[in-house]
Amino acid sequence: MSKNALARAADDVRAGHYAGLSIGAWRWLAAGVAIALAAALPFAASKYQVFELTMVMIYAIAVLGLNILTGYNGQISLGHGGFFAAGAYTTAILMNRYGVPYWATLPPAALVSFVLGVLFGLPALRFEGPYLALVTLAMAVAVPQFLKYFDTWTGGVQGINLIKVTPPAGLGLDHDRWLYFVVLVILVLAMRVAANLLHGRTGRALIAIRDHPIAAAAMGIPTARYKTLAFGTSTMFTGVAGALAAIVIGYVSPEGYSVFLSLSFLVGSAIGGIATIGGAIVGGLFIQFVPNLANDISDAAPWAVYGLAMLLFMYAMPRGVVGSPGPWFRRLSRRMRPHDAALRQ
Amino acid sequence: MHEFLQQVFSGLASGAVYASLALALVMIYRSTELVNFAQGEMAMFSTYIAWSLVNAGLPFWGAFVITLAVSFLGGMAIERIIVRPVENAPVFAAVVVCIGLLLIFNSLAGFLFTYTVQDFPSPFPDRPVLGALMTTRDLGVIAVTLIMLALLFAFFRFTTTGLAMRAAAQNPESARLCGIRVGRMLAMGWGLAALIGATAGIMVAPVLFLDPNMMSGVLLYAFAGALLGGITSPVGAVVGGLIVGVTENLVGTYLIATQLKLTVALALIIIVLVLRPNGLFGTAVVRRV
Amino acid sequence: MTAQKAIMAGLSAVGLFLAVGLAVAAEHNGPGVSDTEIKIGNTLPYSGPASGYSAIGKAQAAYFAMINDQGGIHGRKITYLSRDDGYSPPKTVEQVRKLVEEDQVLAMFQTLGTATSLAVRGYLNDNKVPQLFVATGADQFNDPKHFPWTMGWQPSYRTEARIYGRYILDKLPAAKVAVLYQNDDFGKDYLIGLRAELGDKADKMIVAMQSYETTDPTIDSQIVALHASGADVLLIAAIPKYTTLAIRKVYDIDWHPTRFLNSVSTSVATVMKPAGVEKADGVISAAYLKDPTDPQWQGTPGYKAWLDWMKKYYPSGNLADIFTVYGYSTAQTLVAVLEASGDDLTRDNVMKNAASLHELKLPMLLPGITISTGPDDHAPIKQMQLQKFEGNGWKLFGNVIPGSGGQRDATASEGQGK
Repeated sequence: MSKNALARAADDVRAGHYAGLSIGAWRWLAAGVAIALAAALPFAASKYQVFELTMVMIYAIAVLGLNILTGYNGQISLGHGGFFAAGAYTTAILMNRYGVPYWATLPPAALVSFVLGVLFGLPALRFEGPYLALVTLAMAVAVPQFLKYFDTWTGGVQGINLIKVTPPAGLGLDHDRWLYFVVLVILVLAMRVAANLLHGRTGRALIAIRDHPIAAAAMGIPTARYKTLAFGTSTMFTGVAGALAAIVIGYVSPEGYSVFLSLSFLVGSAIGGIATIGGAIVGGLFIQFVPNLANDISDAAPWAVYGLAMLLFMYAMPRGVVGSPGPWFRRLSRRMRPHDAALRQ
Repeated sequence: MHEFLQQVFSGLASGAVYASLALALVMIYRSTELVNFAQGEMAMFSTYIAWSLVNAGLPFWGAFVITLAVSFLGGMAIERIIVRPVENAPVFAAVVVCIGLLLIFNSLAGFLFTYTVQDFPSPFPDRPVLGALMTTRDLGVIAVTLIMLALLFAFFRFTTTGLAMRAAAQNPESARLCGIRVGRMLAMGWGLAALIGATAGIMVAPVLFLDPNMMSGVLLYAFAGALLGGITSPVGAVVGGLIVGVTENLVGTYLIATQLKLTVALALIIIVLVLRPNGLFGTAVVRRV
Repeated sequence: MTAQKAIMAGLSAVGLFLAVGLAVAAEHNGPGVSDTEIKIGNTLPYSGPASGYSAIGKAQAAYFAMINDQGGIHGRKITYLSRDDGYSPPKTVEQVRKLVEEDQVLAMFQTLGTATSLAVRGYLNDNKVPQLFVATGADQFNDPKHFPWTMGWQPSYRTEARIYGRYILDKLPAAKVAVLYQNDDFGKDYLIGLRAELGDKADKMIVAMQSYETTDPTIDSQIVALHASGADVLLIAAIPKYTTLAIRKVYDIDWHPTRFLNSVSTSVATVMKPAGVEKADGVISAAYLKDPTDPQWQGTPGYKAWLDWMKKYYPSGNLADIFTVYGYSTAQTLVAVLEASGDDLTRDNVMKNAASLHELKLPMLLPGITISTGPDDHAPIKQMQLQKFEGNGWKLFGNVIPGSGGQRDATASEGQGK
């Protein structure tokens, strides 16, 4: 494409259309293609690869929860691993002790994580920056300790083995592929819910609170209520992800929910793009695949390679993979038309 | 009563360990407004450098001085090369970079020095004191921490460089207009923090024993102590660290089972912070709308 | 949002290609076996707080390298695929599935950790993959009735604790016992075993229990609390670093109980010397492996063979680290099983041979201790011998104690209180 054609295309997109279709129509098309691809993948991949992709989607849901809170609302959380565990154990206990079928454990897991998040969000209102980081970190530390202490309920250090899920008869799907589709449906649902929330009034309120809290309050936005609800919604997403993880992996124990898990979510969120929705998927891919790649590159110091990957991603794309193209795109438009007053911001 | 005193003094001893790392955290925060999650691992790595020097035959104090110099330069280099690119990026990019550094240092230490727990020589003899309530080694850690605190306090209060560093952190634009080399101040901040961390590591290694994961547990306590005292206050860092050490011991002994003592101790700290959101000695940040 | 959705689709595809790229082509001669190769899988923590155990995997790889240099197993070289799971059960599940489904290993060997091994036990048994010589002393892995494909290796922690309990009942019947334990399956198993042996006297005799986490920097507070209970016997169920701290602190607060150490933390060079040999004098432990830093083994043929192997095949290893001896001995056990399977290297036959070991002797096991298994007995090592630390090293005393294999302890409890 010539420079002028590129500039014209940029103008079109900024005006809301391209090649005759509105941007909205393009979005639906792209979403449709993506979902179709995702639905076709499990039939082209091996059981193990399907399992890996299912984990990617689970981590994407967890990271999406974190994006809502930290990206859109500006409240840092180093404790989302704890909420992930809360959802996981809710599912594990309901399935193991009370024989609840796996799909029926998801709403209680969501509810438990939501309530926990709101309870946490209330004192969190007082804090920001590193102080909030400490408060949330306390959650990440407390949860494994509670899990070990209340061992009659949680199985303590032995953990809980979950009953294996049997796919419904007649669909011709095996265990791994069935769970893949279950998680895919929930991921698409989660992204839709998040999009509705964040691209509407609530989203604008959250962003206003993040960027200009005093002005937002002055405009009449009930900051405390929004911040607390943001916390609860965020932890609800991550809690559901935890429940799904318990079902897919088939085992829960306190060892699996360390502080490092919370840090991984934060890293995945930042790498994907902290204030984006699609970035959550990139974050999930990063958390799942990069440590394995690092292990293949160097089995003597795998974490060093993992850490290095984090650094390189942040240098190249400080706003995340999905968050960076936006500003780059805007800068490109500006450079194409240096004398156009309308492009100056 | 005797047990109570023993718990308190043990708490002071471990609290001094937390306080020394907390000082490094405060140093970085004051100079660059970042919480450096990699501080503990950097301190541990510096300690390994000292250990290698001692193993190669150097006397303790020689190794100590060389390690401090290497850590100072290393800290400056890290700021220049690794942290500088994300200084103007959203703050989470810097957080991720710090986490990445944590992983790199931890893994490199394991790779270079193996994971076997090592002995580390101490300049202080190991004799009991105060009727077996403490040892001279524990007193040594407390003494060195207080000396570092005094030096740090004097540096920020009474020297021009310290003043310049505070200015560069608070308002880089105005500081530049005054002729302060902001970049150099930031690098120095990291260098000094690395130096403090190295001292902390070397003092602490004889007590905790040296292995790549020596500081992983300490970081959380140091973080809590620094925030309790006020993340901008060195005095707060030391007081906070000591309080965390004593509180944790007393909570574990008298209040709740040891399995939950860390949770309860953190909960207590959070309650204190609710009442004083900027920590005990921290200053409130006044923002203009 | 357009860009985001498109990128999402593209990256899913990229992810798929990455995953495919990492897969290894399957062998054509049964799972993991060809005329020239035998693939064995393993998971252990190479990263994270438990990474101290990585020396075990490195030692095993080094031993297999030596076997391969000597011609392999009936001409087949062992390909040892050891993967990092960071001691996190979800990661273990992932790595084990990859090893079994993508790399097609013949068997899993020495999955390290109780929770991590439990996470994959069901999957491996369902898929009839041998889970050989699990690297933990937990009793659950000796349960051939429910999990016939799973087998432990070392003496169970509960068995060992029972040995200490028996000693206390026999020699110190009026003792008041305090226990320091790591707050996980390893530490708790010692508590359970001790209580089981003390039986109905347990509640009266055990006057204090204190736990610690592996993230705790010090355990001074716990030791002080245990001292305040007035106990005169102390059982330390802790990993090496905390054992060293405990020995030192107990001495420093002028407390001199009869001390029992668990067998994992008995290394002279990495535990006793840093604590101070004068402070460690008199501690009692049980052992089944020879400590490479113990002077009494220097010059014996078994030790010399081990030393030569370390120098040639694992030069970066620490000669004072007992984990290298552990890795060496476990690898030897696997080699024995593979050799016994001859040319019939199917999973069935390997499992059958693993469950038919009869008094196998290994050079670095204590004299008198051998490995035996059977279809109802999936506990290869059951014997231990008591030893006391005197002067500069351990002195074995008494006879080799048979031990029970631990099945009857599976339902024991850990009692109330702190």
